[in-house]
Amino acid sequence: MSSKPVMNKRKRKRISPLKRGDYFWGYAMIAPTLIGLLVLYIWPSIQTFYFSLNTWKAFGNYEWGGLSNYKRILEDPDLITALKNTLIFSVLSVPLSIAIAIFVALLLNQKIKGLSIYRTLYFLPVVTIPAAIAMVWKWLYTAEYGLINYVLGIFSIEGPNWLTNPDLALYSIIIVSVWMQIGYYMIFFLSGLQGIPNSLYEAASIDGAGAVRKFFTITLPLLTPTIFFVTIISLIEALQVFDLIFMMIEPTSPAYQDTRTLVVLFFEQAFKMNDKGFASAIAILIFLLIFVVTIIQVKLQKKWVHYD
Amino acid sequence: MRKILSLSLIVLLSVLAACSSSANDTGGDGGNSESVTITLGMWDEAQVDAYEPVVKKFEEENPDINVKLQPTPWEQYWTKLETAATGSVLPDVFWMNGPNIIKYASNDILLPLDKYMEKSDVKIDKFPQSLVDLYNYEDTQYAIPKDFDTVALFYNKELFDKAGVAYPDDTWDWDDLEKAAKKLTNKEEGIYGIAAKLNNQSNYYNTIYQAGGYVVSDDMKDSGYDEPETIKGLKFWTDLIHEHEASPTLAQMTDTTPRAMFESGKVAMLYDGSWMAKVFHENETLKGKIDVAELPKNEQRATIIHGIGHVIAANTEHPDAAWKLVEYLASEEANKMFSEAGSFIPAYEGMQEDWVKAIPEMNLQVFIDSLEYAVPYPSAPNTTEWQTLEQEYFPKAWTGEASVEEVAKDLAKEMEEILNK
Repeated sequence: MSSKPVMNKRKRKRISPLKRGDYFWGYAMIAPTLIGLLVLYIWPSIQTFYFSLNTWKAFGNYEWGGLSNYKRILEDPDLITALKNTLIFSVLSVPLSIAIAIFVALLLNQKIKGLSIYRTLYFLPVVTIPAAIAMVWKWLYTAEYGLINYVLGIFSIEGPNWLTNPDLALYSIIIVSVWMQIGYYMIFFLSGLQGIPNSLYEAASIDGAGAVRKFFTITLPLLTPTIFFVTIISLIEALQVFDLIFMMIEPTSPAYQDTRTLVVLFFEQAFKMNDKGFASAIAILIFLLIFVVTIIQVKLQKKWVHYD
Repeated sequence: MRKILSLSLIVLLSVLAACSSSANDTGGDGGNSESVTITLGMWDEAQVDAYEPVVKKFEEENPDINVKLQPTPWEQYWTKLETAATGSVLPDVFWMNGPNIIKYASNDILLPLDKYMEKSDVKIDKFPQSLVDLYNYEDTQYAIPKDFDTVALFYNKELFDKAGVAYPDDTWDWDDLEKAAKKLTNKEEGIYGIAAKLNNQSNYYNTIYQAGGYVVSDDMKDSGYDEPETIKGLKFWTDLIHEHEASPTLAQMTDTTPRAMFESGKVAMLYDGSWMAKVFHENETLKGKIDVAELPKNEQRATIIHGIGHVIAANTEHPDAAWKLVEYLASEEANKMFSEAGSFIPAYEGMQEDWVKAIPEMNLQVFIDSLEYAVPYPSAPNTTEWQTLEQEYFPKAWTGEASVEEVAKDLAKEMEEILNK
């Protein structure tokens, strides 16, 4: 580590014109992406942070407000419920979708007839726009005319108000979210499974290991890098859940406050209450939350992720 | 360390990217020095047909002015307008509504029209007074009304006949409505007398004023939601759900909209606006089975009137040409043409006949007759903000989780903070 800067210095001195040309073209090649990143992501991120320190007025006017928006975050009871809803959603939807995706990947990693058809079926929700998924599920969930309660009715079970019961609505949405994600994560697990050498299984068979034993001692440990990766991306996604809730729960629904996640609250503050300062502070909070959760995950990975 | 850094960057980007958006499109009209182009911003694509002949006539009379209609879908209209106002690229003339007028007028986004009206022969007294007032802020006129809508009681004649209840008429008061609603309700068949929908303009604003209450005080500093009369106007609806059990619950009305229930014959009566007349009439299952009556009275008669107005951007480059257009749109000739198009009720006095005649099966005249006692749509600073709060607070009262008094009083407190922000 300590010798690195010195080396760099020496190197810089010795850059030949040829090398310099290489650098120029190197940067020229990445420029489109770099500029796009700067203009579309980094600059707005900096602006968001700046706005979070301002009090918002009509028509894009704002004045310096210091930490007042952050003070409001601490005092706002809506924020506590939103945080709670977000955490419930994440804690349930992430493990569920990962477990089911692994299970499905195992099933579809065998030589069976119509394999590609099954794989396509599971992947279909991923290429469908979330708004369409939300609309279809909304119809399925409708209490009086919905298909789900109709089927339950055949077995003379009275179906609940899936989306309007405040105690149930969030879980109904988790079901849709899990259903939507399975296909996507399945692809990762399939590739993970195919990376496990067959020889290991053969050796285990010779030693007399059964299917369950093989799964827990070979498949699962060797799948941990994939599980780690999928956990990170799925948790980031879950902490930012918005589209399903926005589409499926109306603002006047009795379940609205019990399904309002942080990003839904952010949207409400930014675009309905026109308070982009407070909304930016919520965005920063979401960022910090994801940041911390992800760092913890990276730190913990040494304990359970096996790279070969 | 580098891993954490790059990870944090990824997280940062994915979170914050969602938080910025910008919309910008300026019509690149070069135009020559002699003729000017005036853009007209509007949100209803369906009314383009009604505007085109009017605009054409205007251009014939004013060969040096071109008019470009600029429809934007309702969902994006206000976001786009606010962005355009921030960037000073507003359309020269555009549609305005009640909830937004004060916000735009008080921030000097709109051109005061008084100076122009004095010199012109625009007949402002030909427009409903309550609408003219809606667009008058601090004794300055900012818009000239284009159309209006009022609320009345739609009812399903078939369901009335079946239950043996007399049709509503202009003698009805709240008691008559409650009695009829109870009689019409048939739980076994899943039919309700009325839908107590959680909607301000086409539902509870009307009953608030009928009970003698108000939403915002005249000086726009106080909320009316802590007044007993206002609470009575709200309680009328929650009672219909819980006490009389003559309306579907909020959960039911969230799953299936009250309008859909009315259209499928599951609800016998519905308060709704004049803009729904054509929609209900063209519905196959309702055709010929429905009619409208004036809203039942309580302490007094009331119906909420609202209408769109034409405003001019304060920073327009061609204020005179823009005014000429607004002036023409407010003329008898233009309103006559709007009336013939039949897609909305023109605001100009006496121009409503064609609209009323368009559906002879329904007594649409009640929408026009109710002008007499119409109350303007409540408008005050930050209207969209406190209306968002209405949506947040009232579900608790509608479900019966909390009493109307409690909820309304809590709302009043928070609403007053927003009014005086």
